[in-house]
Order: sequence, then structure tokens, then C-alpha cells
Amino acid sequence: MTEEIIIAGFGGQGVLSMGKIMAYSAVMQDMEVSWMPSYGPEMRGGTANVTVILSTDRISSPIVKHFDTAIILNQQSLDKFESSVKPGGVLIYDGNGITRHPERKDISIYRVDATEEAARMNSPKTFNMIVLGGFIKVKPIIKIENVLKGLKKSLPERYHNLIPMNEKALIRGEEIIKEVHKAK
Amino acid sequence: MEKELRLMKGNEAVAEAAIRAGADGYFGYPITPQSEILEYLMEANPSQTTGMVVLQAESEVAAINMVYGGAACGKKVMTSSSSPGISLKQEGISYIAGAELPCLIVNVVRGGPGLGTIQPAQSDYFQSVKGGGHGDYHMIVLAPASVQEMADFVDLSFELAFKYRNPVMMLSDGAIGQMMEKVYLSPQKERVKVFPEWATTGKPPTRARNIITSLDLDSDGMEQHNRDLQAKYQVIREKEVRLEEFQTSDAEYLLVAYGTSARVCQKAVQLLRAQGIKAGLLRPITLFPFPTKRISELASKVKGILSVEMSAGQMVEDVLLAVNGKVPVKHFGRLGGIVTTPEEVVDNLKSEIIKG
Repeated sequence: MTEEIIIAGFGGQGVLSMGKIMAYSAVMQDMEVSWMPSYGPEMRGGTANVTVILSTDRISSPIVKHFDTAIILNQQSLDKFESSVKPGGVLIYDGNGITRHPERKDISIYRVDATEEAARMNSPKTFNMIVLGGFIKVKPIIKIENVLKGLKKSLPERYHNLIPMNEKALIRGEEIIKEVHKAK
Repeated sequence: MEKELRLMKGNEAVAEAAIRAGADGYFGYPITPQSEILEYLMEANPSQTTGMVVLQAESEVAAINMVYGGAACGKKVMTSSSSPGISLKQEGISYIAGAELPCLIVNVVRGGPGLGTIQPAQSDYFQSVKGGGHGDYHMIVLAPASVQEMADFVDLSFELAFKYRNPVMMLSDGAIGQMMEKVYLSPQKERVKVFPEWATTGKPPTRARNIITSLDLDSDGMEQHNRDLQAKYQVIREKEVRLEEFQTSDAEYLLVAYGTSARVCQKAVQLLRAQGIKAGLLRPITLFPFPTKRISELASKVKGILSVEMSAGQMVEDVLLAVNGKVPVKHFGRLGGIVTTPEEVVDNLKSEIIKG
């Protein structure tokens, strides 16, 4: 099993850290992982993306052109990566600020309004964990318990009090993600 | 002792592996995409644990000359930089090679020429394996293709450097430096406190002075020194070639690639095999010494060879020399910081070699 994922959005949205948490969680499950960020002169408000590959086998190329899943968090990224999803693949997007919605019919499209939900939960920083929860619901490759284990391992102890809030966000993401279109 | 599992960037793996290898000193200067090496070492502050010195020099030139000094004292020392910074170090590297001193130089390559870009490239191949600085010298050049090898090759580099009294370069690139993968780290090695007999550690009455220099104004002496260097490089060519093969046993078409391009080509081989095309990959792990003999052997078995490198075609010259006209050889690669994709390699092999 190999899952090739792109996560793309604004810098500062937690795109790279979401990918890192995904990778950590897969390591907890004894999987092979690669995490390849775009490391250009990005800044808050610019675009940022990361390619994450999770696999039960040794990973060959950490750089790929087509993805099993695209997690898209702004309009620019949607315009850039909608065409990169493999036929039959999955596109997950946050509807916030989106004026042109995804149009492909040969992929499955899901919407997770995480920006809105994070604001409602009064914790905008857990935005990316809501999105990750949505991803886990659609593609249960990694388990929430392993995400939490990964967080525990990667976060300094002084932040461990934030883990329950992140767990809540993950579960909320699983609840609110909606199927918009099923691949034909 | 069991190895410790971590999820790390390639740059961080180099830094942690240097501490664990029992290195005595790191001297560097920041430049993207390798600054994490210096940052990680500064934060880890190994002077408090192993006693390893970590120093941000005032420039790349200063850093390589600190390495020169440390190496002359028989210490395990290293520096790292990215392409423009490595260019600045060339004078020092030539002196270190001339004075026959061991050290490790890590190049996390970015696109050039000039300041170029901060994105990954493999366009420093000529500089690394053919000289770079002045004079007839070679570094031993290792090309890691994973975060694990970024860690493992640090120890291997020091081992080879001291075995041959020769500078060793790890030729990496921005993709491997910035990428995170699983890495199993070796246990902490003790720093060695006994120095080689050639080291300038102060003259005791029991032996003659040790002199470290690259200068000899007597031309006969200098010619002999050059002959000795060349003899050493010949031993290295015979004994230290390292490579990895992937599905070459029944291959009709051969890809040759190192580092990030080798990872890309491994996927390209899988895609080609799925289409019924028998492709294989040879990955040079050492670029100097180059796996000339094995490529020559495989050239007798395959119909064509594609050399893939993120450059305008540098390693392909060594592939051509190895193949010596037996089969068609072409080069393919993206430039200026763009990483070649597996699909592009597939298309290129088909259009340039199979139908060509």
C-alpha cells in the first residue's frame, strides 16, 4: 500500500506541520514515510505545499507528479493541483474563500469547512487538525490514537496540555467532512 | 546497542550523525538549503556532552581554513555549505588535498551558476569529482540518496578520510537536505583522544618534527608528491567503488542516476516495468571513484543507457567513458532547481533511447 498525498495552502495555515504529524503518525504504525516540503522563499500569506508519502514498502521517489489524495486549503492551490489528482483519487478541500469549486468528475471530492469550524470552536490553531480528521475519515490509513501518540512524541512536554484540544479537533473533522461528488 | 529511530530532515540527520560519530569540530556558515546543519548543531550544543566544537565562522573561506587547521592536528573535523559557499571553499579544499589531510565537506547542492536558486540541483558534479580547486587532486565523493544515508555516510566519510588521509565530500542536494524520512541513528561513539602519528600535536624529543604543508618549491619533490597522490587515487579507484543496482539482472535499458535522481529513477523503473519495458537502474554511491567497470559490464548487456542528473549533462561524460561506444548513451535532466519527475524520465527513455 502506498498513498501519495499533496497538502497545499497558505503559509501559516499549518500545511507543513499537518504533513509532519501525518508522517509521525505513520511512523508510529511502522510505515515508511517521506515528507518533502516546498522550501522556496515562502512566507505567511504566500503559498506552501508538502508532498507526504505513506507506504508499507520502501519509498522510491519522494517527488511525484500525480497524487492519490490532494488536501487543498486555498483557491491558488486548487487551481494548481486539481489536475494532479490521479483518476479515481480523492480531493479534500476547505470551502473558505473558494470561488471556483473543484470540477473534475473522475475523482471523489470531499469538503471539510475547517476554517469555519475552528472559528466556531474558538481555536483557530486546531484548523489543520480538523482537516486531518477529515482526511482520516476518508482514508483511514492512519489511526487517531497514533496521531495522538505522534503528537506526544514530537511536541515538547510543555505543550502536552494542548493534546486533548487537538483530539477534539480531529474527531470534529471526522464528523463534519461531507462527500460532494463520488468518482464515476 | 540498538539504533534509535527518528523522523528527521536530511540536514538534521547529518548534524546528529556528526555528533554521534564522535566528531571533534564543525565549522560552518549559513546558506539555504543546508542551514539546518549549523542550526541543529548549535541547538544540540555538543560541547557540553561530547566536547565537539561547533563554530559559526565569519565566512565560508574562514570555515574551510579552520577545518584545515583542525585536520592538521589529527582531529575529526567537518564543514558544510551549499553550492555558492562550496565554490568559496575550493582554495582550502585544494590545500587540504595537497597536504593530505582527512576531513568531511558536505555540499547540499542548489541550482547555479552564480547565486542561482535555493532549489535542489546536481550541477556541482564536475566541481566535486574533477577537482574544483587547482591542481591534480581528487576528493572521495559519496552521494547519499536518503535521509538514512545522510546519517550513515558521515561515519563512513570520516573512516575513508582517515584511511586515505584525503578530504571526503558528501554530495547531497536541497531535496534530500530538506526532506524528512525515517532514520535509524547509530549509538554515540567516543571521541578519539589518540592522534595519528603524522598530526601536528607538538614535537616530543622522541621523533622528528611533523610538517603539514602543500608547498614544495623543489620541482622534483613536487613531482614525486604528485605521483604519490595519483598512486593513492588509483588504490581508491580499485578498492572503494560503491554502487547499488535495481532490477538490472534482466534489464534491456539502463538508467544511471545518483542521489535524488536515483530515487526518481527507481520509480521510473517501476513505471516502465508496469508498461512491459525491462528497465533497470545503476546508482553510483561513490562518484569518485566512479563505478566505471560495472557500467562497462552492463553496457554489454543492454540496448541503451540514459544518464539522469539534475544538470545539463555532467555525469553523462563519465558514463560515456565507461560505455566507450558500446551502446547509445543519452542524458536527461531538468535544470535550475526543478526536480525531474519519474514520468519525464519514462517519456525521455522512450523517445531518446527506445525509439531513438
